[in-house]
Amino acid sequence: MSSMRSPLARVKGLGSAKEGLHHWWMQRITAIANIPLVAAAIWIVLLSLRTDYAGVINLVGHPCVGAILILFIANLFYHAALGLQVVIEDYVHGAAKFLLLIFVKFSAALIAMIGIVSVIVVIVERASGS
Amino acid sequence: MVEFSLPANSKVKGGHIHPGPKDAKSRKTFKVYRWNPDDGENPSLDTYAVDTEDCGPMVLDALIKIKNETDSTLTFRRSCREGVCGSCAMNIDGTNTLACTKYISDVKGDIKVYPLPHMPVVKDLVPDLTHAYAQYTSIEPWMKSSTPAPERERRQSPEERDQLDGLWECILCFCCSTSCPSYWWNGDKYLGPAVLLQAYRWIADSRDDATGERLDNLEDPFRLFRCHTIMNCTKTCPKGLNPAQAIGEIKKLMLERQG
Repeated sequence: MSSMRSPLARVKGLGSAKEGLHHWWMQRITAIANIPLVAAAIWIVLLSLRTDYAGVINLVGHPCVGAILILFIANLFYHAALGLQVVIEDYVHGAAKFLLLIFVKFSAALIAMIGIVSVIVVIVERASGS
Repeated sequence: MVEFSLPANSKVKGGHIHPGPKDAKSRKTFKVYRWNPDDGENPSLDTYAVDTEDCGPMVLDALIKIKNETDSTLTFRRSCREGVCGSCAMNIDGTNTLACTKYISDVKGDIKVYPLPHMPVVKDLVPDLTHAYAQYTSIEPWMKSSTPAPERERRQSPEERDQLDGLWECILCFCCSTSCPSYWWNGDKYLGPAVLLQAYRWIADSRDDATGERLDNLEDPFRLFRCHTIMNCTKTCPKGLNPAQAIGEIKKLMLERQG
């Protein structure tokens, strides 16, 4: 579509969205939180490899260990959703952008929730077994 | 949408070869992007040989020599020839810089000269900067103060004046903005490093009291936050400035006012 709007009118467009700071800051905060959480998650997996089924239930089902794992899963997928959002906004324009953004956020929420529920199941298992 | 290949009518083809003087003592080859909006042809890369013994030391000297002596149709912008006007910004040897401050001897082999990347081309090495200038206008690059004008100039302490160092030197050549991938893909809405550095120049000015309003207008996922700290802007700036840092300062101020 050809347009006779002035270049300045085009630049001003719909105005400032007055947001974006929260997204940017959360991406950095979750990145920092990921440093200890990823290390803890790797450590928990390594410990699990050294023991049997009952040992894993006993370890992962401990409220402190389970809490760390739930935090790890929530933080990781929040960070991933924020990051993928930036990639999509950078490279995809038009209607496809909104569909992809919704798909990414729904997927991240679903996968994160499956992980969190799994940890809770193990915590319940340990509590009912002991 | 991102385009990874050029449209058919933008593919650059081999162009005319101008061998230069036969008795040249020291020959340097320039491969220059040519495009004429009037002839309906694709862009081409013309080859010019220049005798560097009979030419000034800068790439701009060679371009002027080519235009004067070999091919008067070669079109480019230039004015001050000393790095203060920003007119002769172009892509030389793969880097955006000013032709007037780029030494011919700094480039090994043939010197490729293209217009600033990813801008519409008016002709040859002349990019259309209409949109970039409109973006500059949109940040309202003038002092705004709600206090009545004093009888003398508005005063500033030496420390407050120091805050503007590294900002006022910007000559708006747009080497930085046109080196930024984020500006390439989203330049319609992202303001780009040159304009954001200028925005910070007014935010950092102690005499200006419209800081909050300026931050409001920048706080946007595209206008400001398309900057992903790629740092091409700082790497390419022919004046040695740091637009990436200025953008970082704007983000920090936005965080600060949150509480």
